[in-house]
Amino acid sequence: MNLLKKALGFVWIALGPLILIYLIKTGVAEIAKKPGIDAKIQWGVFIVIFIPIAVGIVLFGYYALKGEYDK
Amino acid sequence: MAQTIDSTRDIRKIITASSVGTLIEWYDFYIFASLSTQIANHFFPKGNPTAATLSTLATFAAGFVVRPFGALVFGRLGDLIGRKYTFLLTLVIMGGSTFAIGLIPDYARIGVAAPLLILLLRLLQGLALGGEYGGAATYVAEHSPDHRRGFFTSWIQATATVGLLLSLGITLVTRHFLDADTARSIEKFDDWGWRIPFLISIFLVAISIYIRLKMQESPLFQQLKSEGRLSVNPLKESFGHKTNLKMVLLALFGATMGQGVVFYTGQFYAQTFMEKTCLLDFDQSKTTLLLAIIFASPFFVIFAGWSDRVGRKWIMMAGMLLAVLTYPYLFKQLLVISDARTRTEYAEQKEIKTSVSFVSPKSKDMIRTSTTLSHFDGGLVVAETRKDTAYADGHPTVKPVVTVSRTLGTGDYWKIVLILFVMVIYVTMVYGPIAAFLVELFPTRIRYTSMSLPYHIGNGIFGGMTPFIGLLLTTIYTGDKLVGLWYPVIVTGVCLVIGVLYIPNKKNITSL
Repeated sequence: MNLLKKALGFVWIALGPLILIYLIKTGVAEIAKKPGIDAKIQWGVFIVIFIPIAVGIVLFGYYALKGEYDK
Repeated sequence: MAQTIDSTRDIRKIITASSVGTLIEWYDFYIFASLSTQIANHFFPKGNPTAATLSTLATFAAGFVVRPFGALVFGRLGDLIGRKYTFLLTLVIMGGSTFAIGLIPDYARIGVAAPLLILLLRLLQGLALGGEYGGAATYVAEHSPDHRRGFFTSWIQATATVGLLLSLGITLVTRHFLDADTARSIEKFDDWGWRIPFLISIFLVAISIYIRLKMQESPLFQQLKSEGRLSVNPLKESFGHKTNLKMVLLALFGATMGQGVVFYTGQFYAQTFMEKTCLLDFDQSKTTLLLAIIFASPFFVIFAGWSDRVGRKWIMMAGMLLAVLTYPYLFKQLLVISDARTRTEYAEQKEIKTSVSFVSPKSKDMIRTSTTLSHFDGGLVVAETRKDTAYADGHPTVKPVVTVSRTLGTGDYWKIVLILFVMVIYVTMVYGPIAAFLVELFPTRIRYTSMSLPYHIGNGIFGGMTPFIGLLLTTIYTGDKLVGLWYPVIVTGVCLVIGVLYIPNKKNITSL
């Protein structure tokens, strides 16, 4: 079980940047489709608030990889 | 640490005093969402771009950004000066803001100052809510005996859903009792009656402040204070030290993230889905949820009480697993039940009602309304209303506005109640034990700060965004009406995996 927890650490580390890339790509495409201020605020808020969350999941993955959550 | 309660009577008083205040805070927060249409009409007129921008900011900023920020501000305060005064302060801020919203003149009277004031007050509401929950949960938990912590804190947990119930109930009652004639009552409600739910908040808050003022500080906090062991810098201790930070991250990604999404999917996204996708009648979409909440609410106490015996983890994880597995089926059933295409129409019962009225007493322009009522088997009635304007100066009418509303027969109505009941049961499973789970994860000296942040990121950001992301996905991927469920299913699924693997199940609860 500890090995699985550590191995999954890589997944959590990868998840952070992947979420941000997906959000930025979708946000840019949606703003281009509907270039109003509402879309900019909406996607701006999404991206800004997900930056610390993405950092958090990377850090969580790093701790998992280091065995901090092992029994 | 020693047991903290003198008698059952004392703990009942503590739970009542804490729960009433938290209930009122939730009511105050939800009433804004329940009355969003009226608020938009009075403060954020569609033609004005500044007002529209402020409207978007009010929606997003208060729900997502400010709540975690309030958790940090008031959490720190609660660990420095005490639980009692901090959550008294949040109650005053919340009650004052809600009351003030009910007093602000319309955009038509004071212009852009109106939406600006609304935005400011909504931000204060979000800030106060961010501070309230952690305080109330910590306060009750620190008074509870170790073996019944889940049971006692579950009353605080139930207040979030009961607050929603209260906001829905008061909105519906006010909407229907302003005049003997229903149509006129709704007209009055849309004009000025929507202010009543905001204004009555001041009486509820006054009662709650009176009760809370009589309360004593948490015994565990008092003990730390008398021993001079309070934290000097709760923020640094909570998030600057690895030992605690790793538990904050675990609480967020392994518990509150999924819990927040299940909470908002079952009670808020379901409501949005019924109104915007199933096109269910406004009153039916509210009353079905209201009934589901009434029937399911006792399960907050049942599941949390059970968690005192079997541990918190597996009850929460089971709730998440059931949600991931059954959401697509349950939401599809909501669509099927409200779909007229699979039913037989009673063509002979078709009704067409038309009416004409002046746009305003001074105007000669006329609004023409035509409603077609189609009756189907099972009692389903589909009302299609077309509204357009006939201009007195003869210039051509713009495209008519068409709205569709579906009213269900009794059998289908109760089927919807049952589906929503199941979804609210999932909410009770994930949300009932979580206060006790979070409280037990962190030490007393930084508990308020440490538990508030993951709770409000999980609920305010991951959970609060569920209805918006759900709707957004349906506008991006237009072919699939259930595409909005991908967000709750994926987020809850990830949280479930993390929770199952990394969270230890503590059956024998230790002292705080």
